[in-house]
Amino acid sequence: MNRPRVTPLDFDQVVVDDVSRHFGRRRALARISFIAARSAILGLLGPNGAGKSTMLSLLATLMRPTSGRIRFGVLDVEIADERAPALRGRIGVLGHDLFLYPELTARENLAFFGGLYKLPDPNRAAFAALQRAGLADRADDQVASFSRGMRQRVALERALIHDPRLVLLDEPFTGLDDASAAALVARLKALRHAGAIVVIATHDLDIAEGLLDHAVFLRDGRVAHSAARPEGLRSTYRAVMGTPGA
Amino acid sequence: MPKWYTPVAIACGLMFVASPLLIANAPYEATMGLVQKIFYYHMPSAVMFLVAAIVCGIASARYLFGGSPHQDRVAWAAAELAVLFGIITLVTGPLWARKAWGVWWQWDVRLTSSLMGWMVAVAYLLVRRYGGPGSDKLAAGLALFGMANVPFIYISVNYWRTIHPATSVVPTLPVSMGLPLWFCLTAFVLLFVLLLKLRIYLEEERARLDALYLSIEE
Amino acid sequence: MLQAIWLIVRKDLTVEVRSREIAYTTLFFAVSCVLNFAFALVREGRPPQDGAAGILWISIAFAGTLALGRTFERERQSETLRALLLAPTARPAVYVGKLLGIIALLIVAEAILVPLVSLLFQAPLLAHPFWLLAVVLTGTIGFSAVGTLFAAMLVRARSRDVLLPVLLYPITVPVIIAGVRGTAALLQPEVDLGVVRFWVALLVSFDVVFVTLALWTFEPLMTD
Repeated sequence: MNRPRVTPLDFDQVVVDDVSRHFGRRRALARISFIAARSAILGLLGPNGAGKSTMLSLLATLMRPTSGRIRFGVLDVEIADERAPALRGRIGVLGHDLFLYPELTARENLAFFGGLYKLPDPNRAAFAALQRAGLADRADDQVASFSRGMRQRVALERALIHDPRLVLLDEPFTGLDDASAAALVARLKALRHAGAIVVIATHDLDIAEGLLDHAVFLRDGRVAHSAARPEGLRSTYRAVMGTPGA
Repeated sequence: MPKWYTPVAIACGLMFVASPLLIANAPYEATMGLVQKIFYYHMPSAVMFLVAAIVCGIASARYLFGGSPHQDRVAWAAAELAVLFGIITLVTGPLWARKAWGVWWQWDVRLTSSLMGWMVAVAYLLVRRYGGPGSDKLAAGLALFGMANVPFIYISVNYWRTIHPATSVVPTLPVSMGLPLWFCLTAFVLLFVLLLKLRIYLEEERARLDALYLSIEE
Repeated sequence: MLQAIWLIVRKDLTVEVRSREIAYTTLFFAVSCVLNFAFALVREGRPPQDGAAGILWISIAFAGTLALGRTFERERQSETLRALLLAPTARPAVYVGKLLGIIALLIVAEAILVPLVSLLFQAPLLAHPFWLLAVVLTGTIGFSAVGTLFAAMLVRARSRDVLLPVLLYPITVPVIIAGVRGTAALLQPEVDLGVVRFWVALLVSFDVVFVTLALWTFEPLMTD
């Protein structure tokens, strides 16, 4: 597994500082603060509607916070307008919708995004990625013919093909069977070992157990609890969130 | 609302009440007689329509590239006023035309260009109403494009009509800008400013309310 | 940036060639449109004078709107537009890439429409091919430039299907006027090239202004 390249635009941590985001009258996030460090996996935990996806969009620089700031190392994302493309090149996102073109083959999807991310040899990178995902034999099949788990694997490779420093995953374990989930966990641990900053939004507490270095519990857009080296996620979750529906 | 609002509103109301008297006493125009007097309302509203469209365009550009919510409110208010004054213009125009030249519509270049501008203003309002989230930026982009389009609309409609066997029937503006015209123009300008201010105030209050809602949970 | 544009265009072409969905449906729609006009306007087997130019451009406008809607709907489905915006490409490159794809699609449709209209309405559209190409091409670019921007902006909006024509048609009025008058001028028995040149010049300046404006506003319009 390659170490993420250290380029001029690189950062050791992502600092979320008193960030709020609202849409008209609806508050999605209120005064969120946390730090996501290198070689660590941070989990955003919470029920649906807690604001996890919004937080990930903010971290991906797709949205601006309504107040507060997000700093990538020393780089303030607002100031970095000309540097914004370079910053985006260091971020990899695995979204809820998988960002894959169904009519293209797995190889073509990966090569396309590899090219967009300015890899020197997109085709070779695509093939290597497919081998890592164990899908080299399906490289030239259209993604539309893949199962959900296989698509997830391709999408993950797509998110990681450019060795990003910051890896954002939105509900990555949805719809995965045990074997695929275990493979994903192993992959995430390898990323951590290689020095990436990993942020996962999930409500899948069983899998997150033992994986996270840091857990941020979100409820109604607020940080309800934050813990380093969390254990017993499920009981902590229940304690923090109160009874379901409360 | 600022202190000057109520006095100016009263003054404006009085001016509008007084305007029919002034208009009735104005001299008759040579060829068109009584009907020409609709001009005293038609022209000021056409001017205000143009002003509103320009205000909307500039505010939209500033909002897109600067981001201040105040500009967004100005743009929205101006778009509504553009639709309002546009309706007045587009109704009084054909009423005048019908009596003066016998037809309701003549594909006159000014009228047609105004109609297209008005359509863009209506589209702006539709976008704001039905566009969902992000419709503020969308509408701003539309207004900007609409404003950039003005010379093109004018030129293309102008040359489009010359193919038609139409006589140029819109009279040039009367050289003698008499008292009634200035009076009505002033009244309309005041009305425009009052309505704009009121509408912006409405949006500002709405934003305050949103902020209050949000801070309740703090 | 040119690299990125080329990648996007090639990707769009590949996707389209594989599924051919938009090409077939747009073409069929355009042909049905023309036939509808024929049934509506042809009386006793005689087509209306100067009808061909108008019918051609209205069909292009309708087909173009449909193609734009479908293209961006497809991007919306897997949120791939978001993925494009996440990539380290300059935002205008995404716009140009999509624009070229739409223009290519419309040109294919026009390659069918022009002969069809010429045939059904007995209009000698192909008498001056160079000038016809100039008019159609510049008009298509203008229409697509505005349409691509609006369709991209509408991807996240509600009521996007209906709002696209609402936004697009008023703004593209000069394109329609210039396109129709330019084409009609070419159909006259004695073609006045000066008139045609005027309309082409107007279309070219429209294209330049609006492509520039779109490149300039694409980034602020797509950021939240």
